[in-house]
Parts: sequence; structure tokens; C-alpha cells
Amino acid sequence: MSAASTFGSRPSGPEAISVEHIVKRYGSFEAVKDVSFSVAEGEIFGLLGPNGAGKSTLIRMMTTLIPLTGGRAVVAGHDVAKEPDAVRRVIGVIPQALTSDPDLTVEENLSIYAKLYSVPKAERKKNIAEVLEAVDLTKWRGAQTKTLSGGMRRRLEIARGLVHNPHIFFLDEPTTGLDPVSRIAVWEMLDNLRRTRHLTMLLTTHYMEEADKLCDRIAIVDHGTLVALGTPIELKHSVPGANVVEVHFDRETAEWQARLEKLEGVTSVQAESAGFYRVLTSSGSKTTMQLVELASSLGETITSLSVQNTSLDDVFVHYTGRQLRDEQVKPPAFTLPPRPGAQP
Amino acid sequence: MNRMSAIVEREMRKFFRSPTLMIMSLMMPILQLIIMGNAFGGKIVGARVAVVDNDHGPEAVKIREGFDAIAVNIKTFTTVNYTDEMQAREDVRTGKVDGAVVIPAQYSRRVYSHDAPRIGFVVDNSDQFTSGSLEGEMQALVSALSAPVIQPRVAAGIALEIVELYPYVGYMKFLLPACIALAMYISVMIGGGMLYIDDKARGVHEGYLVTPITKLELVMGLNLAGAIKAVLSGISLTVIGSLMAGLGIIFHPEALLELLALILVTSIAFNGMMFLLMVRVDDPLVPRAMFGVLNLLLFYPSGAMYPISAFPAWLRALSVVDPFTYAIHGFKAIILKDGGFVAIQYDLLFLFVFGMGTLLIATPLFKRTL
Repeated sequence: MSAASTFGSRPSGPEAISVEHIVKRYGSFEAVKDVSFSVAEGEIFGLLGPNGAGKSTLIRMMTTLIPLTGGRAVVAGHDVAKEPDAVRRVIGVIPQALTSDPDLTVEENLSIYAKLYSVPKAERKKNIAEVLEAVDLTKWRGAQTKTLSGGMRRRLEIARGLVHNPHIFFLDEPTTGLDPVSRIAVWEMLDNLRRTRHLTMLLTTHYMEEADKLCDRIAIVDHGTLVALGTPIELKHSVPGANVVEVHFDRETAEWQARLEKLEGVTSVQAESAGFYRVLTSSGSKTTMQLVELASSLGETITSLSVQNTSLDDVFVHYTGRQLRDEQVKPPAFTLPPRPGAQP
Repeated sequence: MNRMSAIVEREMRKFFRSPTLMIMSLMMPILQLIIMGNAFGGKIVGARVAVVDNDHGPEAVKIREGFDAIAVNIKTFTTVNYTDEMQAREDVRTGKVDGAVVIPAQYSRRVYSHDAPRIGFVVDNSDQFTSGSLEGEMQALVSALSAPVIQPRVAAGIALEIVELYPYVGYMKFLLPACIALAMYISVMIGGGMLYIDDKARGVHEGYLVTPITKLELVMGLNLAGAIKAVLSGISLTVIGSLMAGLGIIFHPEALLELLALILVTSIAFNGMMFLLMVRVDDPLVPRAMFGVLNLLLFYPSGAMYPISAFPAWLRALSVVDPFTYAIHGFKAIILKDGGFVAIQYDLLFLFVFGMGTLLIATPLFKRTL
């Protein structure tokens, strides 16, 4: 863990990846700032953060695609800066973009990558058949890649990264652009691959649900800094309050925020929109009762009320001070240019 | 080696799966051969020449008989009678006729008295090709009229006997060497330059860079694939163009071997040059923007259309380092002159050294990381 990180856990078992005080600078801009973590063999490790947080830069440094400015990264016992070829031989990489050749067939794409990894001819056919089976594309092996759906193309990318039997698998936003059904299929496939092939996986994502369901441990990255690291449960427990109560009043008043903060067990209150609050509390049931009583005593009406366990969304808000989903959906700020001659 | 061949295999499979590239790289040179070969190779036929006869004497009649012979035989021009010299000049100016012959008054008398007879010829010299042809025909006619009726016993003039080494070279045949080089350039530009940068932008190279392939294997693989595509384009245009231009050179095994050697080194030179230019480019618009500029810079100073000896010194200097110059010189030496390996040895040497030199410079510039 870097000095800037405040929470985390050590991996259990031998390390597959070790990153120590890694830094990446582009001129005066620091894209990755003193990040340290390690990944155990057989673990699925997630880098979670908004676009531009530095996740892809981190993964590109670990996969030898861009040189490190500072620090040290060791992958499968090989120093990334000193033994890049040795690193390349033991890793499989799925880039963010779909880069399989659309004019080539599924099998040709795999065959060319097997050759690039110098897989012997005898093993090549067997490996291709196995990975096609693993990603459920056997019956599409002769199809041109451009005829496949987005989900199938993503599965082909995964197969391509596995064709040389790597020990460590890097996936840069593996489900971005996929529909929910395809996304779940990819999650199941990755989980299955980890179990059957004993793979260590490091993936980047900005989907909370993906990180929560798939990863053994998660590192939250924001503005190039690792802000928290741990298992999903550890991260959720690190946030004060075990439950989140979402309450919607029919009328907004200035006093609601202060009144809610005074309730027993409440650790924080976040105003979402007019009359709508997210309340973090150590006891969801107690806070719910108090809320109903409070509204009744003031003659106010509650239009909706829900109690949930703490989510990674809450963890992200806790550590970064803002919501990850805001980063994804917020349109870029646009202001009309001033009229010529207008006073500022 | 296996990894390099994987790059070549991928490029070639892609090339054959999308025949558009092959068709487009051949289309422009073939069209150039057809259109320019036919447009520039022909002779002027059916031009209109005004005749203003202010003499009406027997010698004027001889001139008119000469015009009639041209109109019936070679058909370069037909004549239109005018009575007003000013009107004839005005019609040349406005394009109603292509030239005007003025036979002055007293012309016949001056011929008989050997008093420097002259015929006026007004031409539209804004169109040099037409005016040149008409002048040539008119000059031949005047020479015939000036010939003595009774031949002297001893010839007074010196005769020049012209010996043409090669059969008649039509314009389409003359253009073919340039078109072969152009087809190879377009193939390298599209198949090597544009596709290379497009693949880079699409992240295909990122996929290569995470594999254990070495920088040299990657550079050689990409260049070998580019060179093979250019060779295929060169061979295709040599065969198609030779058949269209009516050249039988492709049926001579020795000449075919020479052509293959020249196509091979030309593809190495063009590909090396293109790779050097594109090695640090990331923007897919750059090769597209460079296409026309490079074509102009390399094709025209090469002597493809006009002789290098007619260029000013600075343009001649450009032609010395231009690989097109040597490729076209070599193709002309084989296709038009059947000159053998001796005639192309320096072209082969230059193109090979140029190709290897550009590759040697480009390889260290190629980045193994993003």
C-alpha cells in the first residue's frame, strides 16, 4: 500500500503481481502517483475507478506497454522494466478496444496470436479448441469476426488472450459496451476460467457490480492515487454505518438534513435531490422506525423508503467524496460563448 | 521467424479478404494508362484552317492542291475559304478555325521572279499541341513546294539519315513503366501506410506489443507484408498493361526475370521509404493527407512524363534521390528497350541500397512501447 492509501489487506498466498511505489508522469502531469499493491496467485483483483483515474495506465505499465517513470512492478517474478520479454510470455492481455481482425475468422485470429506467442504447432490446434470451448465459440470458429455480435467478439478477445496458456490475465474494462446479459455471461466465464485454469486475473472496471461480484479484492483508484484496497466486504465494513436508508419526502424543507443527522446511529446523510436523502446508519431497522415517527410527528409524508446494505457505491463516495456513477453519466459542462460585444 | 511470419500471414489474409485494396491500387494506374495513353498518344485530325487567297495565280493553286492532298490523306486539317484576311484572323482568335493561311497578292509572280515569296500562317499558339502539328504539316508542304523541279546533278545539301533503334513507341507503351511504378506506390501507400496507421489507431498494434515479438520481427514482418503486396501490384500491372499496350515483353523469360528483380527491389525501396515516413505517425489522417503531396513530389520529378535533362537544377537534384527515377528508368530500359541486366544494374543497386537504408533508419525509430 502507498502512503496515500489508508486501508487495505494483504493477499493470502504467494504473490503473482507486486507493484511498489509505481509512478507515471507525462511531462508535468502525474497520471499514476505512488501506487503500491500486490496480487496473490489465483486471485481476481479489480482496479475500480472512474474514466481517467489511471487504471488503464496502471495496467499498461504492468503489461510492458508503457515504461514506468518510477517505482517497481514485478509480474510472475519478473521485473517489468528489466525483463519485459519474460513478462510478456506469461501474461495474457485483453485491451479495452476490440482489436481482433474483423476480416479474419475466429480460428485465424487465434492461430495468429498462438504463433505470435510461439506456441508449438502440435499444441496450437489443441489450445485453440480448448479456448474456443471455454468461451463457447466452437461452432463459430469458421465465422468471420465481423459477423459476430459485440458479446461474442469480447469472448473472442478473451480466448485470444488465453491461447498460449498464460499464468496471469490482464483485462482492461472487459465488459464495457456490452448489454447486461452479455456482461453477466462474461462474468460467469471469467469466474469459470479462474477456477478451471487457476488463473490470476487483474481487471479494471468502472462498474461497481462487476467489481463486487467478480473480484476477490478491489483497489479503488482516483486521480492516479490508490485510495482504498480490500475485499468487497472489508471495504464495505470500512465505511461507517452498516445500512443505507433511502428516504423520499413529498416536500423539501431546509431542516431535513439536520434532523436526519440527529437520529440515533446515523453516521452520514447525503442529499440526492429535492426531498430525497441517502442515510448511512449502523442500524437500518432502528433508523427506519425513527424516520416514520419523525415524519408523523411533523405531519410530513414519506413517499418512498428503502433499506439496503452498504454498497461499493457508498464505499466510493466515502473515499473519494463523490459518486462513481456521476462520473459516468455527467455530460460535459457546456456554456454558450459570450455574444460579441457583451459585457462580462 | 515464426512470429514474423504470423505478422505476414495476418497482413496477407487481410489483403486477400478485402480485394478493394488490390483493385484500388491497380485502378488509378490502369485508368491513367488508358485515358492518358489514348488522349496524348493520338495525332491531330480534322482541324479547320482558313485560306485567304489574295493571289489566285498558278502557284497559289499549287498550295491549295497541297491542302487538298492533306485533307484527303493524312486528314490533319480541312480548309475553309475566306476572302477577308481580318475576318480569318478574328476567327482564329475566337476558335472558329484553328489557323489561317494567307497567300499574299503577287505571290505567284514573286515565285517566278525568285523574289523571296512568303506565305503567312496565323496560328493559335495557346494550344501548342495543335499549333505544333499544323506548323509541322505546313512546313512539310512549304519544303515540298520549294524543292527544285529539276534535280541538280550533285546534291548540295547534307542529308540526315535517322536510324530508329526500337520499334515505334506509342504513348501507351511510353506510359506503361510509369504506371507500373505508380501502381506499386499506391499499393505501398494504401497497404503499407494507411492500413498500418489505421491498425495502430484501432489498437491492433497494442495487441502485438503485449506478445513476446521483438522489434525487429515486427518491423520486418510489417515491411515484408507491404513489399509482397507491392510486388503483386507490380506484377499485375506489368501483365495487364503489357497486354493493353500490345507489348510482348512478358512472354520473354529473360526480360520477365529482369522485371521481377526490378519489381522486387522497387517494392523494398518504396516500402522502406513509406515505413520511415510513417514510423512515428499515429493520426490516420496523416497518410491520407500525404498521399497527393508525395505523389507529386516523387512521380513528376522522376522523368516519368518529361525528360529529367529538361528540368532546372533544383528539380534535377530531387530526381537524383527519388526512388521513382530509378524504378521508371529501369522499367523503360526493359519494357521499351529490352536492355538486359546491364541496363538496369545501377537502378537495382540504388533501389536496394535505398530500401535497406530507409529500413535501417526506421527500425530504431520504431517504438516497442505505446
